[in-house]
Amino acid sequence: MADRADVAPSIERLWDGGVFPYGVGHKKLGMWLFILSDSLTFSALLIGYSYVRIAARTWPTPFHFWPSVVFATVMTLLLLSSSLTMVRAVSAAHRGDRRAAVRNIVWTMLAGLGFIVLHLNEWFGLINEGVRLWANPWGVPLFGATFFTLTGLHMTHVASGLIYLAVVAVKFGRGRYDSEDVEVSGLYWHFVDLVWMFIFPLVYLLSVGGK
Amino acid sequence: MEANSTNHDRLFSMVWLALLALTAVEVVLAYVQMFSTAGMLAILMVLSLVKAALIMAYFMHLRFEKKSLVLSLIPSVTIVIALLFVFFPDGFRALNLGVNQQ
Repeated sequence: MADRADVAPSIERLWDGGVFPYGVGHKKLGMWLFILSDSLTFSALLIGYSYVRIAARTWPTPFHFWPSVVFATVMTLLLLSSSLTMVRAVSAAHRGDRRAAVRNIVWTMLAGLGFIVLHLNEWFGLINEGVRLWANPWGVPLFGATFFTLTGLHMTHVASGLIYLAVVAVKFGRGRYDSEDVEVSGLYWHFVDLVWMFIFPLVYLLSVGGK
Repeated sequence: MEANSTNHDRLFSMVWLALLALTAVEVVLAYVQMFSTAGMLAILMVLSLVKAALIMAYFMHLRFEKKSLVLSLIPSVTIVIALLFVFFPDGFRALNLGVNQQ
């Protein structure tokens, strides 16, 4: 990586190709551009949720501190820890330690799987209470629409991240992928973590109704 | 990278601990409920932005990338997200007109 950045580009070299104006390869740049567009999708959903919540005179606050917020906190802990194991996987991959990289990716996937299990458990709990996309027991129909859309799109990202990481783990373990591929998959995973850092306070912590 | 990767691992663990601590502050604030909803929103958004910045700077490695990449990515997305805030005044419209009043 360093030797690319150290190339002193004369004007001719710039137009000849082979120059890295951002100091990153095309895969990493591509993932960053995807993350940019995806962050706008999530921003639009979060702002849409905030908009209808402001415009509604009342808004249901059905999440009790126990168990909902405690479970959501555990889910946050799982995602944050999975990010830590993911950076460990990336640095192991850069060291050339394939075994440690794959092991850390597997830990990351287990944490992601735990997140999905807890989240689905909560979803089914809410559905049993009668929350639907178009109606819920507390009156404001848009509550269910915003909640399921936001958390559902995020859960889809976690689920596709699990598939992505599984592919990367297998191919990197067999030597078909190099360390940049692990790093790029790490970028995606950290982004999923980052989005949750906004969903958790906006959807859960601001909807705590009684302890 | 190779020489200081253990160094980096320690740094990443510190960032992880900082993120956990910020999350703990958020959850405690939700538990004690000593602020109004608007106050909570402001505090939580500041904390979340700090957390997002930590994740991007360290976990997503932006602190160690070339400045041209950071300057191409972050300001553009920040501006576009800020432009979406144009809808918020309209969100208050119904309340201010008293349309929803029962």
